[in-house]
Amino acid sequence: MTDPLLSGEDLKVTFRARGGGQARALDGANLSVSKGEIVAIVGESGCGKTTLARTLLGLEKPIEGKVWFKGEPLEYSGRALKRYRRQVQLVLQDPSGSLNPRHSVYEAVAEGPRVHGMADEVGQVTRALAQAGLRPPERFFLRYPHELSGGQRQRVVIAGALALEPEVLIADEPVSSLDASVRGEILALLLKLREELQLTVLVVTHDLGLAWNIADRIVVMYLGRIVEQGSTEEVLSSPKHPYTKALLSVVPEIQHTESIVLAGEPPDPTRIPGGCRFHPRCQELAAGTAAAVADKCTTQDLQILSGAAGEHQAACWLTS
Amino acid sequence: MALLEMRDVHVTYRSQEGPIPAVRGVNLTLDPGQILGVAGESGCGKSTLASTVLRLFPADATVTGEVLVDGDNVLTMKWGQVRAARWAKASIVFQGALHSLNPIQRIDKQLMEPILLHEKDVNENAARKRVVELLEQVGLPGRLADAYPHQMSGGQKQRVMIALALACRPQVLIADEPTTALDVMVQAQVLDLLSSIARDHGLALMIISHDLSVLATTCDEVLVMYAGKVVEAGPAAEVFEHPKHPYTRALSGAFPTIGDMTSRFAPSGLPGDPPLPGELVSGCPFRPRCPEAEDRCAEAEPDLRPATDEQFAACIHIGEAVST
Repeated sequence: MTDPLLSGEDLKVTFRARGGGQARALDGANLSVSKGEIVAIVGESGCGKTTLARTLLGLEKPIEGKVWFKGEPLEYSGRALKRYRRQVQLVLQDPSGSLNPRHSVYEAVAEGPRVHGMADEVGQVTRALAQAGLRPPERFFLRYPHELSGGQRQRVVIAGALALEPEVLIADEPVSSLDASVRGEILALLLKLREELQLTVLVVTHDLGLAWNIADRIVVMYLGRIVEQGSTEEVLSSPKHPYTKALLSVVPEIQHTESIVLAGEPPDPTRIPGGCRFHPRCQELAAGTAAAVADKCTTQDLQILSGAAGEHQAACWLTS
Repeated sequence: MALLEMRDVHVTYRSQEGPIPAVRGVNLTLDPGQILGVAGESGCGKSTLASTVLRLFPADATVTGEVLVDGDNVLTMKWGQVRAARWAKASIVFQGALHSLNPIQRIDKQLMEPILLHEKDVNENAARKRVVELLEQVGLPGRLADAYPHQMSGGQKQRVMIALALACRPQVLIADEPTTALDVMVQAQVLDLLSSIARDHGLALMIISHDLSVLATTCDEVLVMYAGKVVEAGPAAEVFEHPKHPYTRALSGAFPTIGDMTSRFAPSGLPGDPPLPGELVSGCPFRPRCPEAEDRCAEAEPDLRPATDEQFAACIHIGEAVST
């Protein structure tokens, strides 16, 4: 295994919650990503997937743990972060909301190179638009977001990130606001960028179908922890963690055997249950199939997954 | 008898550039307890179609055809009748429900409002009692009647929106993108809830979504719309699993079957973008994006033709038109 390009080690992030409590948004997470890899981070809202992405981007500073990039720990001085962001770029969800309606496509894409004082701005913008599949690029320079379709807007957002020639793209729900027929084209673009530019991509999504379409590896999160990780085939074809099984069972498809619809919503990160954090909603525990380990489930916290690449790991007393 | 019936419904919006046909000749029927899905991308006319049921379209829109709710044509009713029909005969769970609740009013007040307005013989106490029943019907604890929207999660708010739509015991319920902003697990809960309400109470339920896979699991029948027209119709599972129209095939392929190795690293999509209403090409409107288009597709716009006993598609590659 090659050295990871980007990794997070024992990351913990807390937020002050309304009413004075503390939300443990990220409660110990290990993740490493190699060059050219596409990794999907999946889970429900509030599971910490966006916090993990933001922490890897340097937008959140962990209270414990470190982010590593190319063997160096990430530093949080303004200058170091600026340098870091040229290499690790964010692609936001909902391109309609993240593009300034009064900026032309050229302006939107040129902003990054300008901030970073890159030479040959026109050349960079032209290249980035072409890479994002907006061809011929010159034709789009003077267009405004409202003149573009949803798919084209998302390509502009991606071009804005590519303009800085980054090594890593972190995309938060890149297709969730797009029409179904356009979605495949954007996913195909991410695969093509990996192929042509050796780009590393982290995709934050709640969409397991998307992960199946493009990700090499999947990380499943629940209440601030990674509860299962492994290759996409392993995790989606033979899931180990009851939570992953439940998530998979509710993907709308016809062939389902039986959906496991978990009651309630993901619990509150200000009140993480003791023992296994999933135990109050666990269908195995409820059905009695976990009776042999039930004591541990309710009282003993699980070890944080090491996140070793190439291993299929799950944080569940039933499998450990 | 059908609770909702549409006959050759056309909706045309007016704009500075001329008339924009948003819905072009839609027919459908919906029986008690039946769930119908309407699928299509943004701009295909699906929300406009829903707006005709309660006459919610803008005043300058031209609407022709017939929209029968429980036998009465909504399009020709007097305003007083339309107002009486809203909520009580048919109601809509709107898109973006999470922002549709009044943030500074308690849930019980918001749920009581339509009841007190529509049913003059119901007093406040009785209305409050019904609110608690409604909340329980959508799987929420009755004590949430005293809560404010910000104290609830997204899934709970969506359940409140469904309770609101049910407040005056309508026979027809329309859900416009009911699960779009929700998480997968909550989406599954809300879809389960909607279908059990329709089946248990004999409601006619129409679900509008851009996600064909969601409709396939929940609905009995599905209509697929493109550029204001129905391009495919049939039993939901059949349409999703064995789509006949090239457009439906693309929609269906956009949601891969997990475990199917042919879709691994091969996301399927369509080149191009959905057409804007008003920007129609000659012949088949899907022609510019269709992987199977030929020269003769430009000649005339195809009508729905039978592909199987129960499934219809508007594509010239489907057999030959059968005269009926």
